[in-house]
Amino acid sequence: MTVIELDDVRKIYRSGTLAVEAVRGVSARIDEGEMVAIMGPSGSGKSTLMHIIGCLDVPTSGTYRLMGDDVSRMSEVELAEVRNHRIGFVFQQYNLLPSLQAWRNVELPLTYAGVGKLERRQRAMEALERVGVAEQALHRPGEMSGGQQQRVAVARALVTNPDLILCDEPTGALDTVAAAEVLSLLQELHRAGRTVVLITHEAEVAAGAEKIMRIRDGLFVGDGGLHVGAGA
Amino acid sequence: MSWSETLRTGVEAVRSHRLRSALTILGILIGIAAVILTVGLGEGAQQQVTSEISALGTNLLTVTPGSSTSTAGIRGGLGSASTLTLRDATALASPSVAPDVKAVAPVAQSSEVLTAGNTNWTTAVVGSTPAWLSVRGRQLAAGRFFDNQELSSDAAVTVLAPTTASELFGPADPVGQTVDVAGIPMTVIGVLTSVGSASSSATSQDDQAVVPITTATQRIFGSSGTSVQSILIEATSSSTLSAAYQETDNELLVLHHITTPAAADFTITTQQSLLSTATSVDKTLTVLLAGIAAIALLVGGIGVMNIMLVSVTERVREIGLRKALGAAPATIRRQFLVEASVLGLVGGVLGAGLGIVGAEVLPFFISNPIAISPAATAGAIVVAIAIGVGFGVYPASRAARLAPIDALRNE
Ligand SMILES: Nc1ncnc2c1ncn2[C@@H]1O[C@H](COP(=O)(O)OP(=O)(O)O)[C@@H](O)[C@H]1O
Ligand SMILES: [Mg+2]
Repeated sequence: MTVIELDDVRKIYRSGTLAVEAVRGVSARIDEGEMVAIMGPSGSGKSTLMHIIGCLDVPTSGTYRLMGDDVSRMSEVELAEVRNHRIGFVFQQYNLLPSLQAWRNVELPLTYAGVGKLERRQRAMEALERVGVAEQALHRPGEMSGGQQQRVAVARALVTNPDLILCDEPTGALDTVAAAEVLSLLQELHRAGRTVVLITHEAEVAAGAEKIMRIRDGLFVGDGGLHVGAGA
Repeated sequence: MSWSETLRTGVEAVRSHRLRSALTILGILIGIAAVILTVGLGEGAQQQVTSEISALGTNLLTVTPGSSTSTAGIRGGLGSASTLTLRDATALASPSVAPDVKAVAPVAQSSEVLTAGNTNWTTAVVGSTPAWLSVRGRQLAAGRFFDNQELSSDAAVTVLAPTTASELFGPADPVGQTVDVAGIPMTVIGVLTSVGSASSSATSQDDQAVVPITTATQRIFGSSGTSVQSILIEATSSSTLSAAYQETDNELLVLHHITTPAAADFTITTQQSLLSTATSVDKTLTVLLAGIAAIALLVGGIGVMNIMLVSVTERVREIGLRKALGAAPATIRRQFLVEASVLGLVGGVLGAGLGIVGAEVLPFFISNPIAISPAATAGAIVVAIAIGVGFGVYPASRAARLAPIDALRNE
């Protein structure tokens, strides 16, 4: 099944008279269970694309179908539901709420999904265990290392059992050891059957995916996908 | 997200931003306490005046010399004091002349030095008739009041109010003792009870010496005439007050040979008219004070809005993240609504508490009583919540409408 279907998607940022075309007509398909890296230099439009894929932003033109549904037809409430149920985000800067303990950060998407208190706690603890930071469950983000924080962020991304895990430079702020650990964690999720889209400007990180899509100046280079061998 | 979850999130947000929350609460608290105290001050003044005037009796008419309608000065030759006489009082006391008048008490009053042994005490010496006691609604704590026999014989007897008695005689029983009033030895025959209130007019009512009016004018004040300073008239009931008013007016016009009522050389005042004048004055005062307090609250509210705006701006990233994790705009709005209401409620309740404590404590330092009105208190708390919500939710709902990424990108 096709998870992501982009058809001639453009994004133009306007500020006053200045217009920046960050994404210039991108078409692509990503299927269920794939692990895809979107790779390109800084400023090439990777984040812009990921925000569109993640329903955090809307394209200026073109259509985007997520699990077959045209996102542009969805209301604010439906979009919130899509972000909640179908997508899990991992950001470069972790984006954890500093006032909440790790497990409370992880249960946050479940709160918006209306899951009961006991089940939330149980699922949050399971997710933390799965990414290997169960011991830090009661720590606040400020009391954890970058690698641990990013693991908590990954736990938060997978706690709702989403169809798609979207990561924007997830290893960008980490040292090489922590980066490798987070990457292998994402590969493990992929092996467990999840669709993972990984954005990076580093070739070594991209090599961890089974498919690399190169982006430059807002356009995919080549036919929009280069297979690098499953489970590389 | 359920309301209880939202409430928990709101309370947590309030707790995790301690300083900001404290400042917001402080702003609301001060505004609310100010409103409660100023309104209470106005109401207290009003209640005090009302109770003082009612305590004097609502069946009471007071006749004073001089015209209230005249613009050409006071009529009556040599000054106002000469237009009312004992003869007027005697005439009004006749049931055939004024059937609705129950009792009449002419009053002549002056400040004199009283001496008992080595103790001097300057107080008001009130000359009147035996009717004074019932007209003023006073009671005797000891002894008796003077009678008509003593009135007609200019007897040297006096009845002391409680403060006067204790100042002159201390704890000793004054009844039967002698006190010099302006140098004239007089026998104390009775002591009045206290009117039992801390107001200034009550204080003066508890400090006076009552003597027969004949004794007062002829022996103490040394005035040869029969003029009096006022005539107190008690109507048979509050429903006959206006009839008594008419009878008094008619009789005095006849006695004073005045044909046009507008040319009257006396004024009749009812307690009711005093009451409504005083009440309306105090109402104006209350409204004025409440207005000032409302401005204080508004200024406090603008401060709260300022803090709320800053806090929402500060938290745009948080709002963006919550939206990215699946919070709908309504959920975000509800979170801030709860947060702002909690701030408003806590500020309002603390402010009401401070106001109530202030109302208990302040009267020890200022002489004014403060009446806490439950309606004003409840209203102030509602206003506090409204301030929190009104000023807090508007910026939040703006933030809730942002595209999540615009909010997330905000550094
Ligand atoms: N909000 C914005 N307003 C204007 N220009 C933007 C905005 N976001 C990104 N851009 C521009 O769009 C281009 C692509 O940015 P981005 O998607 O962040 O690239 P990448 O993530 O690959 O570094 C850049 O030229 C950037 O300056
Ligand atoms: Mg980027």
